[in-house]
Formats: sequence, C-alpha cells, structure tokens
Amino acid sequence: MHTLVAVLAAAWVLTGLGGRAAAGPGAFDLEAAASRLAAPATQKDVLGELAGSSDPAVERLLRALKDGALYAWKGRTVLLGDDGGLTDVAGRPVLDSQGQPAQLESGAEAVALDEAHFGLVRRTLERFEVFGRDPLKRQSAAFRLGTSGDPAAIPVLARALEGETNGDVRVALEDALAKLRLRSSDAADRLGAVKRLGWRASEAAVPQLQALLAGETDPAVRAAARTALQDIDRFVVQRNAIGYLFNGVSLGAVLLLMSLGLAVTFGLMGIINMAHGEMLMLGSYTAYVVQEIFAAWFPGYVDSYFVVALPLAFLVAGVVGLALEWGVIRFLYGRPLETLIVTWGVGMILQQGARLYFGDQTSVNSPTWLRGGAEVLTGLIFPWSRIFIVVLALAALGALWLLLYRSYAGLNVRAVMQNRAMAACLGVSTRRVDAVTFSLGTALAGVAGCALALIGTVDPEVGKTYIVDSFMVVVLGGVGKLVGTVVAAVCIGVSNKLIEPAIGGTAAAVYAKVAVLVIVIWFLQWRPTGLFAQRGRAATETA
Amino acid sequence: MSAWSRREFLKGSLVAGSGLAAGIGFPRILTAQGKEPIRVGILHSLSGTMAISEAPIKEVVLMAIGEINKAGGVLGRKVAPVIEDPASNWDLFAEKSKKLLLQDKVAAVFGCWTSVSRKSVLPVFEKNNGLLFYPVQYEGEECSKNVIYTGATINQQATPAIDYLMSPEGGGKQKFYLLGSDYVYPRTTNKILRLYLTKVKKVPESAIAEEYTPFHHQDYQTIVGKIKSFSAAGDAAVINTINGDSNVPFFKELANQGVTADKTPTMSFSFAEVELQTLDVKPLVGHLASWNYFMSLKTPENLKWVKAYKEWCKGHGIPDKQCVTDDPMMHAYIHVHLWAKAVQKAESTDVEKVLRALEGLEIPSPVGKYKVDEKNHHTWKPVYIGKIREDGQFDVVWKTKSWVRPAPWSEVTYPGRDCDWSNSGKGSFDVVGGKRMWLSDKS
Amino acid sequence: MTSAPGRSWDRGLVWVGIFGAVFAVGLPLANVLGYVSDYYLNLFGKYLALAILALGMDLIWGYTGILSLGQAIFFGIGAYSIGMHMMLESSGKGVYGEPVPDFMIWNQVYALPLFWKPYTSAVFAIGSSLLLPALLATVIGVLTFRRRLRGTYFAILTQAIAFAVWLMLNRNEMKLGGTNGLTDFKSVLGFSLSSQGTLRALYVVTAAVLVGSLLLARAIVRSKTGLVLEAIRDNERRLEFLGYDTAGFKIFVFAVSAALAGLSGLLYAPQVGIITPSQVGVLPSLEIVIWVAFGGRGTLWGALLGAISVNWLRSVLTATYPRLWPIILGGLFVAVILLFPAGLIGLAARCKKLLARRRHGVVAAAVVAPGVNHHTA
Repeated sequence: MHTLVAVLAAAWVLTGLGGRAAAGPGAFDLEAAASRLAAPATQKDVLGELAGSSDPAVERLLRALKDGALYAWKGRTVLLGDDGGLTDVAGRPVLDSQGQPAQLESGAEAVALDEAHFGLVRRTLERFEVFGRDPLKRQSAAFRLGTSGDPAAIPVLARALEGETNGDVRVALEDALAKLRLRSSDAADRLGAVKRLGWRASEAAVPQLQALLAGETDPAVRAAARTALQDIDRFVVQRNAIGYLFNGVSLGAVLLLMSLGLAVTFGLMGIINMAHGEMLMLGSYTAYVVQEIFAAWFPGYVDSYFVVALPLAFLVAGVVGLALEWGVIRFLYGRPLETLIVTWGVGMILQQGARLYFGDQTSVNSPTWLRGGAEVLTGLIFPWSRIFIVVLALAALGALWLLLYRSYAGLNVRAVMQNRAMAACLGVSTRRVDAVTFSLGTALAGVAGCALALIGTVDPEVGKTYIVDSFMVVVLGGVGKLVGTVVAAVCIGVSNKLIEPAIGGTAAAVYAKVAVLVIVIWFLQWRPTGLFAQRGRAATETA
Repeated sequence: MSAWSRREFLKGSLVAGSGLAAGIGFPRILTAQGKEPIRVGILHSLSGTMAISEAPIKEVVLMAIGEINKAGGVLGRKVAPVIEDPASNWDLFAEKSKKLLLQDKVAAVFGCWTSVSRKSVLPVFEKNNGLLFYPVQYEGEECSKNVIYTGATINQQATPAIDYLMSPEGGGKQKFYLLGSDYVYPRTTNKILRLYLTKVKKVPESAIAEEYTPFHHQDYQTIVGKIKSFSAAGDAAVINTINGDSNVPFFKELANQGVTADKTPTMSFSFAEVELQTLDVKPLVGHLASWNYFMSLKTPENLKWVKAYKEWCKGHGIPDKQCVTDDPMMHAYIHVHLWAKAVQKAESTDVEKVLRALEGLEIPSPVGKYKVDEKNHHTWKPVYIGKIREDGQFDVVWKTKSWVRPAPWSEVTYPGRDCDWSNSGKGSFDVVGGKRMWLSDKS
Repeated sequence: MTSAPGRSWDRGLVWVGIFGAVFAVGLPLANVLGYVSDYYLNLFGKYLALAILALGMDLIWGYTGILSLGQAIFFGIGAYSIGMHMMLESSGKGVYGEPVPDFMIWNQVYALPLFWKPYTSAVFAIGSSLLLPALLATVIGVLTFRRRLRGTYFAILTQAIAFAVWLMLNRNEMKLGGTNGLTDFKSVLGFSLSSQGTLRALYVVTAAVLVGSLLLARAIVRSKTGLVLEAIRDNERRLEFLGYDTAGFKIFVFAVSAALAGLSGLLYAPQVGIITPSQVGVLPSLEIVIWVAFGGRGTLWGALLGAISVNWLRSVLTATYPRLWPIILGGLFVAVILLFPAGLIGLAARCKKLLARRRHGVVAAAVVAPGVNHHTA
C-alpha cells in the first residue's frame, strides 16, 4: 500500500476515501508544500515546483487556491468544500477534537493568491486536463498545451502519452509534443518535430513552423520546415477542393429535394403553387411535433423520432395537398394565374396559422446519429446530416422515377398530363389522377421540409426562403422533365459552391448566388425551355 | 389643381390649417386633460421574422404597464397601451409610428428592435417630437433628442467582450472572425471593433476577417469551412452579430463540422435566452455571449422579476418552455417603469418635461443599480459575459466591477465626441480646442 | 370587359372626373377643413401612389397577359432615384453632420460615389425615375420577347432578375443603404417634408398624376394598340400568323408599365419617407399581382380598386387584428378569386346584373364574370 501511494499519485484519492490510511511520504510532501503555499514569501517557489505535476491532489489544491477556498486552520492547510465541510490536502475530511466534522470560524481569511502568480496557477491547472475523463476534453487540452508554446508542458504531455489508450487523443498529444519541440534547443529534436508535423500535414502548426523558419539557423531544419510548409499547403488546397465539391453536391441535393415536389405540381401539372413553401413548412413542423411527442411520451426512444417523422411528414403534407386540390385548385385548372393568387392566400393562412399555433419559437434537434460527421481527411468533416440529405434526395428521386415511369399509375399520370382529353376518352379518371398527382407533389415537399429541419430553421417563414430557388431549378431543368430537374439542381449547387470561395471578400455567399442567377438568366435566353426541353406543342403553350 | 402653384397652395392650406387648429383642435385637447387614461404605444413586430425576438418584449411591456396600473397608474390616470404590429417590415414601422404619434397621440412609444427599424422611425419621432424608448443593444453613433436608448452601447457590450477573449481566462485569442448579418448594427459594430482591435489591441489587420450574410441566410457550409481554416491554429474566436433565424443553421453547421467552443469560441451579441430557446442547444454549449443581463443572475430583484414573469406567462397562455427573460426584455421592462417614474416626477406627460425628469433618474433593476445618463439619453448598467449551458441558460464567467458609462460615440472612432441634451445641450458635439462644436450647427 | 373601343366621348370619362374630384380635390379639402386627419391623408397618398403601380401591372398583365414579376424593380428605381436626390438635398443634416448621407459613414465611404453625383440635380433624378425603368424594360423586353420567351418562362425570368436585384440591393457594398435603404429625408425640391403643407401638396400631385395615368392607360387600351394587346393575351399565335410583330407591341407595353411603376416610386418615397429593398423584389412584385387580381384584372378600375383596398385593408387589419390579419387577408384572396374570378369589379358587375334582372324581371342564367375564365394567361 505504501509503495502504491508513493508511486501512483492517482491512488491518493482512493486511500484518502478509504479513511485513516497512513500518510505516505508523498502526502507529507504535499502537506508541506501546502503550508509553504500559504506563506507569501515561498508561494512562487512552490508553484514552480508543482508546475509539472500530474497529481490530482495538486490539482485540487491549486483549484482551491485559485477559487479562494484554501485556509490556514489550526496550523494546518485545509480546503473548504462546496458543502462548507473542510478536507485536508489529501481529500480526507478534517475532524475537530470531538471527532466531529470541523467548521471554519467566522472571519477566517482564505490564503491569498498573489495577482502576479495567477497566470502560472491557471496554466498549471490547464495541464491537468490532459488526464481528464472525457477523451474529447483531453484532446482539446492537448491541443491547447501544444499551442501554448510553454516548454514546461512537455513532460506533462509525455507522461500523458504513456498512459493514453485512445488513438485520437494519442495523435493529438503527439502533435502537441511536436509543436512544443519546435522550440527545443536540440536541432535533432527540432528536425524530428518538423518532419512529423509535415508528415501529418498539420494545418494547426503553420504559425509555429513559420515562426521557426524565421529564426532557424540550422540548414537541415530550415529545409525540412520549408518542405513541411509546402506539404501542408498542398494538402490544404487539395482538401479544400474536395470540401467545396462536397458542399456543392450537398447543396445540389438540398435543391433537388425541395424542387422534386415542384417538378411534379409545376413541371408536370403546370400549377403554380405558391403554397409549396408552406407544404415544406408543414413537413418541418411535423418533425417538430413528432419530436415533442417522443420527448413527452417515449423519452427513451427520442433518438428514433426522425424515423417516424419522415413518413409522417410525407403523409401530412400529402393530405393537406389533397385537401387543397379538392377545395381550391380543381376549380382553377387552366387558370394558372388565379391559382397563383389563391395559393398565395392559402400560404399566408398556413404561415400565420403555424405562427399562432406553434409560436415563433420551435426547434428540431438532430438525432444523435445525425450529429457530427465523418472525418474524411484531417480537418475535413462531412456532416452526417448532409450525407443523409444526399442519400434521401437520391432515394426520393428513385422512388419518384419508378412511380412515374415504371408503374401503371405513373402511366396514367403521364397520359393525363400529356393529353387530358384523350386520356379521359380512354377511361382514365382525370379528376382522380389530378388530385393524386398534386398530393404527391406536396407530399414530397413535406419530406423535404422534414429533412431540411436538420440543417436549417423551423419557423413559419421557412417556405419563403426556398420557393424562389425551387422554381428556378425546375425552370432551368426544363418544365416536365425529371432528369432536367436533377441536372439543374446539381449544376446550380456545384457552381454556387465553386464560385463562392473563388469570389472571397465580405459577401461571397451573395455574389455567388447572384452570379448563378445571372448564368441561369443568360442560359434561359439562349435556351428558353430549359436544359431538357419537352418536345412538341406542349412546350410552347405552357403558360 | 394644376392651375394653383404649389407655393400658393401651401400658404393657403397653412393659414386654413392654423385657423382650424384654434377653432376645432383645442376643445378636443382640453377634454383629454381629465381622468382619461394616458395612451402609450407599443411598436414591436408580432408577425414576420422579428416576431420571435420582439413578441416577448411586448409581453414584458404590458406586464410593466399592468404593474403600474395596479399601483394606481401615473398622475392618477391609468396607462392604456396601443399595440401596433409593424410585421417586421421597415416601411410599416414608419407608417405605424406616424399613426401612433399623429392619430393616437400617445405620450411615449416603447418599440423597435433592429437598427433598421429604429432608423426608419427616427425621422417620424424627430419631426413630431415623440418619445421613443428603445430596448436593444445597438451600434451607437446616434443620439437623438427623442429617443431614450436603454440597450447597451458598443462599450457596454462589444469591447468588453473583446477584452475578455484576449485575456488569459478567455483563451488569449489573437485572431477574430467578424461574422454578421448585412445591416447597420453588425457593419457599424465591426467597423468600431476593427479599429479597436488594430489601434488599441495592436492586432494586425491580417488577423481579422469580416463577412456579412443576408437576413435569413440558410447556407453556412462555405463560411464555416473558412472559419475552420482561419482558426486551425486554435488562436481565433468568432464575433457573431448574425441576427435571428440564421443563427440556427450557423451553429448547426459549426457543430457538424467539428468547430468546438473550447478551441474556437463564438461570442454573440445578438442572441440571448429567448432566441436560445429556439435553437437546438447542444451544438451551442460552451459558446459565449455578452449582455447586460442574464436570466440566471442571482440578484434578489431578478429572482422576483423572473417569478413575476412566470406568473404572467401562466395567465397569458405562454408555454413555460418559452417563458424566459433576456437582456432586451429586461431593458424594456425597466424603461416602462423609468418612463412612469419620470412622468410622476415631471407631473406631466409632456415630452420636454419627461426628458428633463429622466436625466440622471435612478431605478432598481434586476441587474442592480441602473440609471439614465445625466446628458446623453443612454443608460448605465453592468456588463456580463456568459457561457451557454445545456439548459439554454448562461453561466456568468466574467462581469464588470460596477456599472459602465454609456458612450454612444465610441472613443476609438470619434475621440472627443459626445452627446449632451441637458439644459443648453444640442445633441452630439465634438470638442475642438476645448470648446464644444455642435454637430447640428455644422451644416 | 372593357367597353367596345370608340372614339366618341363616353361615360367612363365621367367616372374619371368624379374620381379625380373626390381624391384630388375633395380629400385634401376635407383635410384642410379638419374632417380628414393629416395621417389619413398621408396614408391615402401612399395608396394612390401604389395605385399607379397597379395600373402599370394591369396594362401588361391584365390586358396583354404577360406576367411580369419584375414590376417592383421598376418601382424601386423610381423610388431610389428620388430618394437619392432627397438624401443629397438633406446631406449635412444627418446624425454625423458629414456631407455624404449617413449610411455611407458607417460603411466607411467618405466621398460621394460617382453614380450618386448626377442625382444632385432634381431634373436628372425625376428623369431617371421615369426613363430608367422604361429603358431597362425595353432591354429586358428586346432580350426576351424577340427570343419568343413567353408565358411562365417570362414570369420566372423576371422573378429571377427581381431576386438578383433584391440580393444585390441588400448589400451595403452597393452604396444604396443596404437593408436599411434610404431614409431620413428632410426635404423634397426645397420644401420641408416636416410641414403638413408639403405633404398635402404631395398628396394632391399624386392624385393628379394618378388621374393622368388613368387617362393615359385608357387611351392606350381604347386605341388600336390596345386591341392588339388584348389579342396577344387571347391568342398570340394567331396574331403572329396575321403578320403582326407582337414582340414590338409587347416591348412597348412593358416599357410603359415600367415607366408607370417608376412614377409610382417617385411619388411613394417622399410621402412614406423611406425606401428599402423589401419593397423591391419578388414578394412585393407578387403583391402587386394580388392587388390587380383582387380588384379585377383587365379593367383599369379594378387595378385602382385593388391597390387601394388591399393596402387599406392591411393598414386597418394590422392595427385591429395584429395576430389574425394575415389569415383574414389570405382568406379574402381565396374567397374573392374562387367566388368572383373577376375580382371586386366582377363582384360589382354581378351585383349590377342581379339588380338589373330583378328590375326587368328577366330570368337569365347568371354568367359569372364573362370573358375572364375563357382565356388562359
């Protein structure tokens, strides 16, 4: 037991909690250190001695000193706990002569921490975090120590590395060590550190490497540093290119998802549904409501709420679409502009209805399995939610394609849209086909709304932000052509995301969007019916 | 009509108008002196995008009016609120403020949130000598005779936040990414912060990035990517002045792309507890905000106020989850009481007299001592910096020792410029050779 | 919908006279006498200015069947032109006391940008507010109509342009005030905007200009050109086969409607005292369509009625039902279009018919809004 206490500092807590274990030599040292800490003359020296420690008891002691919870009590140094009880430096409760928990007499003054040593205490305390429980915290603590430029942290990091089992944290620790060793007086040490950082293509080390290069005299290290910087630079450029492309594809998927429904209602049926955005909103609110229901009644399964919300959003928006078609739109076929106004009015009603019912304050929490992302390359993360949207867009597209082009129902739909009179003559119930097709379009908007809630806002105005973009995609693609919608969405998405970083400045996002709009306008000049024009009379007479 | 020259028409109508005012107008005014209630206007968006932030303000203003009426009203008269909805539409703000002043003849207006809306009603208030109480932190560089600004000025929110971030406790940040919505408040704030960083804090220009997105911007992929590169070395912080709903996609993107608060903290000036309730809080935990008030403050006045507001929510069908208080709500609540106190002191609702009474007026508040400046129509209050907790509240990590003097004109951009409306004051002035040069005399 | 074209003096002109007398003379007189408050007069000035905008929209959409979703851009050009002039007129009187408009200071622009300079001249500003929209419309028209871009594609294209313009206008780098737009005007053409006399005069001018625009629009729709325009709406293809250069007519009417929109903006800005990008974009463009449809598309009175009534309703409802007004207004749109496809004017026509039927005892099948449901736009 004695040797254990002496060797393994961490076990102190256990022995302390174990009651009246004999004080080991380490504990004795600490007690002495604590009393010296309380004396202003020796405070600085003790702090210097403790600076490289990884002992949790030291952490406790310093934290108490910083928070003003360290007291001199009857010739001993004691710590005041949150509950008002006193403990000694090893964490054992302090008892008075009657064997009862001791109390501080009123008016007792805490050990003062000299203002000048405050930073030293803070830095020392920070080092303890690399021994913490949470691997993420250990990782960021290692990063912070690496950038601190404080050579005193090297032994601490080295010790942490010995005991570390988590791979990510080990890498972070090694990076941090390398960064600190850049300042080593030994050229070989510096060279090793530079090589490691270059090999790791560590973007975070660029300022340190540049600083090194500015003052380095050793030619070998200089050359290595230069190569390392070049390597990092090349890596960053390549990585960013991949990142931009992914951004473009994911924006394309978002655009596709929200335009698919419109491709049906506007593209196929020629209905200008200004309430399309509100159908999207309904999908978002469905996600919200389902989440709330799960949180209230099935808190254990709250993570799977989204699985339920997605089909439900399809249903809700579909049913509302059906009602809209039945109640309003069927009276207005062939009069797209009246439809525009009526659906605008319906949109206003739905919007304010949502505001009155839900208020302006709602939020959808991503389920944990859609949080964070996959680190594809160092520093490049593809968020799960974005990947999910890409997959969902593809799935929705596939389903729609199968339905329209590979099913009997789809045949009916296409027949009615191409030649209503003839289809009716052949016994197709055009009324029913109209209703179902319109409802399918709105249902798809519902799905889009549900998915977009993962990355965006849920509020009554959410539809308005998407509607213009959606129309643009459908028109650019060519009205009535599914493949056109897909190509247009991806083209707009990717070109937007490639232009954005190219422009730079304080307003890249806007200028990229305007640039894409200009391209689209110019393109429509050149090819008024979009990328994939419908052949025949229908093309020119869609109005 | 074209036969008349405009000037003649003007003259004619002016003469006729003044004659009528004498004949018809006065009796109406006289009857209003009785025990009729004092009308005050509430001009906050209850629909549209700003409703999320502004609707709760309407609630606390009504609550304060209720308290005043319960205590017997002001000057023995009840206070009657006139509520208008400018629907987050800046043009409608101008129209509605005209209605309140000209049609309803209100004694004071409590209203506006965005600087845009304030700027659009400002001419109306100055033209018609109205009185506006404005509860939101703003960019300064303004000092109207007809406005009492209770929200924070730059030196009561933004510059202390920078000081904190650069201090060892704040992580000793050396690089700053200034990201905001594209309108007056972020633009002006960042203009001042840039000067503050480069001149006072000696931060090189290359360590500052600046970017603006439109209102309701939803796509922060590229920007977060840039922030990530910018902060790769771990010595950067984001100064966030994004307004409203765009914060949701921004913070979601930050979290998803692995930008963490302990490495790259985001310091926000434009969202508080109310907006926080609308967000998925998990990605935000650990990020920072700078305000004059947090709901989590443990002052006795605040505990009392929060409790009273919870009661109010119950009585008005506001779900408990949405029933939170925040900085602009606190200012809005306090400035209604300030107004009432001033009217009582002035024994009149006359704008000039109320403004006189407001000079140096002190009032107890949830943040402790709170007062209107003797001269510049702004208020004194402390500054807090808070860290976002899991429950959507803030942990105070830093605060000023005492209340902070409001400086509508920042020391950095306009050294020596200040504002004085007391007695002989004529608003903003520069000190040139020890003498005051009024800005209004310049033109 | 419109009475048969005739060169002779007709009853419609009497209505124009009555309208002019009520709005241009009656209302300001009532204001002078104290029966109508300054606030309401100013408010009506705003409505009448917007009615001019609706007239233009009716010409291009109601009569010619071209849905332009860019009308708000033209309106914006008009309003911004005069706004810039007014900003310069009041420069130096702002918060900062600098010789450039206030918003430039917080954008760190200390010298007047070049494109602002000509706007010191009132003549240039007024000219630009009328001619610039017409010019822009001509350019867009040449590019699109000559390319046979029509129907929905034209609507979506103008929508895209409006969206792009709106995005750019919101940027402070454009040096046009960004989201805030232009505000804090002190005077117009030397007259202080804080005096009620100026506002009254502005109201009278607006009403007079509206009457003038109404007469101009009447002249157009009752001329041979007007017939061609309606023919374009009803069957453009046939008209082309008959050898008409439809593109030319379309460009003409687009330019006229744009100039009317600019005129509307010119009168709007000084009366309302602010112009922001929120008035220049897709949504406000759509709102104009709503006004016209609500009032009665394809009739000039319908456009006037729609613009004034919808805006008035909005003012009233936002004050009386701050929480419910979007639902009421939205419901009204749905109801009017479903029940009276020809808008308020159609409703009036139907009432008249019912009355006539009762009077003459004729049992005839009521035809709902003849002429409107037969064509697709």
